[in-house]
Amino acid sequence: MGRERLAVRKTYKLFIGGAFPRSESGRSYVVNDAKGRFLANASQASRKDARDAVAAARKAFGGWSARTPYNRGQILYRVAEVLEGRREQFAAELRAAGLAKNAATAEVDEAIDRWVWYAGWADKLGAVAGSANPVAGPFFNFSTPEPTGVVAVIAPDSPLLGLVSVVAPAIVSGNTAVVVASEPAPLTAITLAEVLATSDLPGGVVNVLTGRRAELAPWLASHMDVNALDLAGVAADAVKPLAEKAADNLKRVLPPGGSDWSAEPGTRRMTAFLETKTVWHPVGV
Amino acid sequence: MSKETLTGAPASRAELRAFLHGLPGVDQVGADERAARLATRSVKTSSKAQAIDLAISMVDLTTLEGADTPGKVRALCAKGAHPDPGDPGVPRVAAICVYPDMVGVAVEALKGTGIGVASVATAFPSGRAPMEAKLADTRMAVADGATEIDMVIDRGAFLAGDYAKVHEEIVATKQACGDAHLKVIFETGELVTYDNVRRASWLAMRAGADFIKTSTGKVSPAATLPVTMVMLEAVRDYRAATGRQVGVKPAGGIRTTKDAIKYLVLVNETAGPDWLTPQWFRLGASSLLNDLLMQRRKLATGVYSGPDYFTLD
Repeated sequence: MGRERLAVRKTYKLFIGGAFPRSESGRSYVVNDAKGRFLANASQASRKDARDAVAAARKAFGGWSARTPYNRGQILYRVAEVLEGRREQFAAELRAAGLAKNAATAEVDEAIDRWVWYAGWADKLGAVAGSANPVAGPFFNFSTPEPTGVVAVIAPDSPLLGLVSVVAPAIVSGNTAVVVASEPAPLTAITLAEVLATSDLPGGVVNVLTGRRAELAPWLASHMDVNALDLAGVAADAVKPLAEKAADNLKRVLPPGGSDWSAEPGTRRMTAFLETKTVWHPVGV
Repeated sequence: MSKETLTGAPASRAELRAFLHGLPGVDQVGADERAARLATRSVKTSSKAQAIDLAISMVDLTTLEGADTPGKVRALCAKGAHPDPGDPGVPRVAAICVYPDMVGVAVEALKGTGIGVASVATAFPSGRAPMEAKLADTRMAVADGATEIDMVIDRGAFLAGDYAKVHEEIVATKQACGDAHLKVIFETGELVTYDNVRRASWLAMRAGADFIKTSTGKVSPAATLPVTMVMLEAVRDYRAATGRQVGVKPAGGIRTTKDAIKYLVLVNETAGPDWLTPQWFRLGASSLLNDLLMQRRKLATGVYSGPDYFTLD
């Protein structure tokens, strides 16, 4: 006797400190596909969720930044491995959001390749962004890049490739991130969070909020414990007020830089969130 | 129960035992439930600002580590006197709580600030030492200038049912204190049941405690809301019976502003507003102060602050 099976539908929640809580506010909002049909409800994070996410990111920063770059690279590569195993799921989600089958598969592949590309940078960034400096004196003088701290990322609307292209460069150098997912297309961000939660990435290194950018971004921009702000997904007219709020504690601000995420990324997004430490060593035996 | 019985020495070991075991039992589920319900109160904006300042003024800023140095104690004293050097509107804390050998340093550093110096004593935190040693510990701390003594009870004796011994120790320590206030630490995490907490509260109050305190901070669980509620009920009932007011100090595990405000709500709803002053209610804490300052600044500036902007302690 066959019985019709009841579908088990996923509740899309936030990702804070390695856990998946609902919004503290209890709110959610409707996410539609490209044709305007109902897709799912997503949590609508409040400023207090943002505050909790920043606290979680700050807590994770010490451990993550202290890991060897080689180890961070291994962990990010592990993320790519798990992404690879979930290709079908991501492709299906992108198709549900309105992409054609081939385009969806291509975007997933490109996103995974992008992640691997950034993973490879983990132990090379020091050599490329650092330097041995000639100085007028008997000293060996060198500069090394250090992570800046907690990075608040306002992710672009490209639901997977764009998201991966802003998250990976922020954390590869040892920063921790609070990511505000795309407002109209937040679901893949939560699925990516499920990947991050199951691939050796310490809890709190990446925190994902879904909800209204206009509500969350100002709180992150003014937050004194956030060290950098990536405005990738912010509309041009909203950049200035956010940059002004960010100036209060001299956050590093990366303005939006176009929406073509399939282009060669370069090192810009990684070097934007670095500090430089210069050390003078006396030379001699 | 007559007022004389509740304030004077016990007539006999049997009388004391019968009295403590005659106290009504605590409904554990009910106590947990009531404490949890009071913890859901929402305190916002101007009320929150008041609560934060009140909580700061109630903090017994504590450092009880083997690694304490005179420098660290002096730094803590400076912080207690001016918790946020950039904002003179922040109240000072109630007291600085240190080990007995650091009392001299703290007294020197706090001269003229009006902040009390509390010293733990009586072989803190275990209390496992001969009575003579405990009393000598206390006398030396008082001689060095401690204005408050935080003693620990002998939990072994209490749990073995030797209430008279615990009573005698508190009476003896109270004598050794002279003018200094005596806080009696129960280490409620080791007393296990709320019934025991209630008995310990009445025992300590009968023996002359000025304050009753939950924990040393060295044992988990330390202070919890329901335990503090049971103690607050005890001081309320004791004042109703005898007219003498006794203070309460939860200590250990209170780290956030939210926690602190929950305790203030509990005090107001259980013992009443008479206890809502640093004279009758204290919060034993160290990291709590920074969180209170952070929330205070958030209220003042409208933006979230971070730990980078406050001194480490």
